[in-house]
Amino acid sequence: MLPESFRSTGPAGPSKLTWSLNQPRVRSIVYQALLVAAVGLAAWYFVSNAMENLMVRRIASGFGFLSREAGFEIGETTLLSYNAGDTYLRALAVGLLNTFRVATLAIVLSTMLGALIGLARLSLNWLLAKLAAGYIEVIRNVPLVVQLFFWYALITESLPAPADALNPLPGLFLSNRGFAFPILGSVVPIEMDYPQLSGFNFSGGGLLSPEFAALFLGLTLYTAAFIAEIVRAGILAVDRGQFEAAYSVGLKQRQVMRFVILPQALRVIVPPVTSQYLNCTKNSSLAVAIGYPDLVSIANTTINQTGQAIEGIAIIMLVYLAISLAISGFMNWYNRRFALRGSKL
Amino acid sequence: MSRAMDLATPRIVSLLQWLHTRLFSTWSSSLASLGILYLAWMLVPPLIDWAFVRAVWSPANASLCRDTIGRSACWAFVADKYRFILFGTFPFDQQWRPALTIAILIGLYTLSALRVRRSRIVSLWLTGIAVIGVLMWGGLFGLSYVENERWGGLTLTLLLATFGIGFAFPLSILLALGRRSDMVLVRWLSVAYIELIRGVPLISVLFMASVMLPLFLPAGVSIDKLLRAQIAMILFAAAYLAEIVRGGLQAIPRQQEEAAQALGHSYWQRTWYVIMPQALRIAIPPLVNTFIGFFKDTSLVVIIGLFDFLTTIKVSLTEPAWTGFGVEAYLFAAFGYFLFCYPMSRYSQGLERKTAPGRGIHLLREN
Repeated sequence: MLPESFRSTGPAGPSKLTWSLNQPRVRSIVYQALLVAAVGLAAWYFVSNAMENLMVRRIASGFGFLSREAGFEIGETTLLSYNAGDTYLRALAVGLLNTFRVATLAIVLSTMLGALIGLARLSLNWLLAKLAAGYIEVIRNVPLVVQLFFWYALITESLPAPADALNPLPGLFLSNRGFAFPILGSVVPIEMDYPQLSGFNFSGGGLLSPEFAALFLGLTLYTAAFIAEIVRAGILAVDRGQFEAAYSVGLKQRQVMRFVILPQALRVIVPPVTSQYLNCTKNSSLAVAIGYPDLVSIANTTINQTGQAIEGIAIIMLVYLAISLAISGFMNWYNRRFALRGSKL
Repeated sequence: MSRAMDLATPRIVSLLQWLHTRLFSTWSSSLASLGILYLAWMLVPPLIDWAFVRAVWSPANASLCRDTIGRSACWAFVADKYRFILFGTFPFDQQWRPALTIAILIGLYTLSALRVRRSRIVSLWLTGIAVIGVLMWGGLFGLSYVENERWGGLTLTLLLATFGIGFAFPLSILLALGRRSDMVLVRWLSVAYIELIRGVPLISVLFMASVMLPLFLPAGVSIDKLLRAQIAMILFAAAYLAEIVRGGLQAIPRQQEEAAQALGHSYWQRTWYVIMPQALRIAIPPLVNTFIGFFKDTSLVVIIGLFDFLTTIKVSLTEPAWTGFGVEAYLFAAFGYFLFCYPMSRYSQGLERKTAPGRGIHLLREN
């Protein structure tokens, strides 16, 4: 764009504003007024339709339903106690915590896995590099929801019943009812609490439901493939001269990576990885497809029971927008803190 | 190939030397190679055995599938249900019509990738779409009318993806221009729209279209489920594409705009003839990547119950004869999506190598 002083065409100049459509400023005001009028009109039309429809269908509006009794059970309530007599608000809170639970775990594990795969893709070892490349291509070119269905089917259909659960490591049991594993005892924190087979399922220890396990596995493997590509691209973005200089002063390959390349690559890697974290959180909403009770799944049940679709969807959107804002806020802070002076990332 | 590799790898002359440098150069590398070879030795033969050697292929042997469940793959499922998976519930004797539609769409994708001249490709697409419309709906030339509730399977997936991108693209150009506009209100509205859509999951937009949109229409007016989902996907894709187009616009030096302005061109002339052709050329590789992401995202309509490629597979599994074969079914689904996404991915990587050699950051794909 040209500076303001060059922009007006006639000899009159910008100071003497004549009300003609030939004046760019007048034109811009008229356009904007028209746009706002159009948007406002559309909004008014939709809102008035909605009010009428809600009245005809006798659907209440407002968020009063949040304090009413929800009346449905939730399969997983690890972080917050809940029963069917509790309110919708509490049910939604349980859903939000379930979203955070799976997203946080998936983010942590996929970061580690992604970094390893990204490095493996650059490895001198031909087998390792090809294996990593194959993994990335397969995972990235198949929709996440298909992968979730696959893992869920694999766990619930192909694993044995709890009575003959696979036991690959001592204390770890894989069955079609989920993954049971030992945890630190709640009574005596030094002793491990091992899962025991009782009846048709395990009790004691920790138990991951098949839904959680499938979502966690699918989300982690999917996000890791994208993070791996970011890590690889970040390392490749470091100038060739940096490698040459580091080798020429006699550093070993590991040292070159550790002290020269990675610190520079991280500046490039962190912003896109943060947006992958955001994607991972948003993708966890696919939980609804395999029946893990995350926020979207519980909001969906709430909508079906109360009919208050507008409020339910507004809640989903507001929560995800808040998460997005928090993550992009972090990214901006990181960029200010770690960006090279004078560089624009 | 990495630069680190270029430096450390001497020229390879013999197989032995190749093995030495690429598999057994150091202790840790040798260990990794042996580990991978061992795992392959343990896993690959039983997998091949399961997937091919012992697999049941013919739908006539459905009971054999049941008897050998877990020991042999049951591809008989696919052989039995493939018509439903490809064409949904389209009238059985008319299914050559969606088959031809799939062929036309794949042909058009291929021609577009081959970079046929621009004027010709536009007219090819317009003709193709007209033919597809006639084929799918019918009602003309003696073809029987088929309402779009009966469209489904792979055909529906391809249509959702193609028309989603087709309509989202012009909208995204307007949004990208709006976001860079001098007019404050236009800019704010564009930013608000783009960031709102990009901040929420696609599922919530699809829910919005399936449960909220009907509330916003006057009484008596209803839009069918397919169209509602298609609108949601267009609105969703437009926000993501807009950011890619904006990236292309930002890469055009300011002097291009100024030179066009100095020649007395109007805003739309400058944009249409000078800026956009350059910006879009830069943006092609990320646009293809977004298209891949969008193609994969069409599978989410399974959640609102449209009969696309994935939903038809999922629904087929609920038939008593085929319950319990989810692993085979979803492997087949994955294979189907891969067949479309992988060539697109290779194509965009090829373009990237051509247009932006050097820095690896160009290779990134968002979703």
